[in-house]
Amino acid sequence: MSVTYLEAIRAAQEKALADDPRVFIYGQDVGAFGGAFKATKNLAVEFPGRVMDSPLSEDAIVGMAIGAAIEGARPIVEMQFADFSTCGLNQIVNQAATLYYRTNVPCPIVVRLPSGGTVGAGPFHSQSMEAIYSHYPGLVVMTPATVEDAYSMLLEAVAIDDPVIFCEHKLLYYHLKADKLPDSAVPSGKARVVRAGRDATVVTYSAMLHESLQAAEELVEEGWQIEVIDLRTVKPLDTDTVLASVARTGRLLVVGEAWPWGGVTAEVISRVATEGFGLLDAAPMRLNARDTPVPYHPDLWAAHRPTASTVAARLRQLLTK
Amino acid sequence: MEPADLKHDAALLVRAFRIMLLARATEDKLASLYRAGMIKGGVFLGKGQEALSTASAIFLQKGDIFGPLIRDQAGRMAFGDTALDTLRTYLGSAKGPMRGRDGNIHRGRPKDGYYAMISHLGAMVPVVAGGLYARRLRGETGVVGVTSIGDGGTSTGAFHEGVNMAAVEKLPLVVVVANNQYAYSTPNNRQFACADLLDKAAGYGIAGHKCDGTDPAACLETLGQAVRAARDGQGPQMVVATLLRLVGHGEHDDSSYVDAGLRKANVGRDCIDVGKQQVEEMGLASPEEIAAWEGEAHSEVESALNKAQREKGPDPADEDWRAISTERLDDLYFDGEEE
Repeated sequence: MSVTYLEAIRAAQEKALADDPRVFIYGQDVGAFGGAFKATKNLAVEFPGRVMDSPLSEDAIVGMAIGAAIEGARPIVEMQFADFSTCGLNQIVNQAATLYYRTNVPCPIVVRLPSGGTVGAGPFHSQSMEAIYSHYPGLVVMTPATVEDAYSMLLEAVAIDDPVIFCEHKLLYYHLKADKLPDSAVPSGKARVVRAGRDATVVTYSAMLHESLQAAEELVEEGWQIEVIDLRTVKPLDTDTVLASVARTGRLLVVGEAWPWGGVTAEVISRVATEGFGLLDAAPMRLNARDTPVPYHPDLWAAHRPTASTVAARLRQLLTK
Repeated sequence: MEPADLKHDAALLVRAFRIMLLARATEDKLASLYRAGMIKGGVFLGKGQEALSTASAIFLQKGDIFGPLIRDQAGRMAFGDTALDTLRTYLGSAKGPMRGRDGNIHRGRPKDGYYAMISHLGAMVPVVAGGLYARRLRGETGVVGVTSIGDGGTSTGAFHEGVNMAAVEKLPLVVVVANNQYAYSTPNNRQFACADLLDKAAGYGIAGHKCDGTDPAACLETLGQAVRAARDGQGPQMVVATLLRLVGHGEHDDSSYVDAGLRKANVGRDCIDVGKQQVEEMGLASPEEIAAWEGEAHSEVESALNKAQREKGPDPADEDWRAISTERLDDLYFDGEEE
């Protein structure tokens, strides 16, 4: 018996609906059809009237959730693909993200973003949007990399009073498995040292955690011990855990699937350079996707995003600097 | 009260007219404070739209939702906003509902159903619809939400998505379109190509109503019908009222682009003048009594001003610089940087 990352997301929504009558789900094809990825499979039957198909209107989907949240509901909305959330961007960043600061009324909505690249998905079904949402004050941005986190962090996202951008990685949906759903969890906002090491620190999140862990494994044969940190949430960003690791290793590589300009990897390096310059034995490095739209062809895509082998190559550079 | 009786409902007309007078007195004061350089930020007035705006909110009850827009000083007051909260917000008092964090027309008290608009036009339509959706989910019936938009705002994607979604969900939403002929400086013929904005209601499959926005009795009658229909479960209602913005887009704008012919036409009538005439002709008040009402409105505004002027603005040193409510999820890194 095992549970996938996608099943964990479905199970978390099922539990949230069962535990809290204020929770409802709204989005395109999430009802009887069960969602484009089946993240809401059977939930419309289990919870009649609380898992509803929306029109093809991202702005209205998010706007509707915000109004419902003002009235005390706890909506979960699904963007069919993270990429399409740009059509709801205004409601997310200007309405949901400003509500608490402006009016003292919190906005407990969860916006689920099926994120990241998969084979053949192309420019508009592959994007990683976490940096854009992290840039705006007023949002919590979660980027779970494990089945356990997908489950427990989604439950936490529903429970907290603030708007949460929940970036779930599509590449992990079916392949990533755990033995069972977790009973307890590390709270959101805390990074996790996934693998201990002494020679260099890799800071990463979401699907890139698995590429980074594989790279660290490769480098064992070459005699290197790489510490790998999973940020789990990119906003807030657990700077203390990162700095403590860099203090141990003296070297830092930050890996992200999003585009390189600005963003999470730049933010981590900026913080370490500002707060922990003296801890570094070499200039920090980062690795992102290339600065082009995400290509469709599998061969181009494989060369566009960071992979275990490009992470390992970048680590070799870092270790010999 | 039956809708057909509204035109003849003296008490309602008088109540609406006095709200219009208070809104006008408040806005006249805001304009002079703006010219005196005493306002923090801009001033955006609803002069000429008081009749429609008042009618938009006067039929709402406690527990209903109102999502006003720029030119809804009167509707805000009909829904319970005060001259004091208005002046506090424009003058930047820390005691205002927005605590100095937002200004002028971007004010509200969401927990009282009085939503605080953002500047992006159309964006409040799905939000008010969502509030109604949540109420229905809780099993509440008889709740109505009203939101306003202008001729320009009907061109936004958010307006379209919000009205369409409300129509699909058959929500008790009343969308009041004030066709005041100009969106900032852009005239109707550069804004939409349908013969009448009301045609849009048919496109969404919702009920449409139209009225002369310069005529207080007509606005009350039409909005009374629309709100009642929504409350009775007949789904979204769209009201299109024709009028003219009698001020600039904001007080910085001399509105020299407005067609002089429109100012002289029926659409350019001042609804306050029309209201006076209606009240007098119906024998509800003499000119002297109306003048006394105006005096009372001015006194109310003056005393609110005296109070708001003495109140302090927000202190940056005491400001809680957090954009989320969950303290443990605040990104503390930037808090440290501030010190």
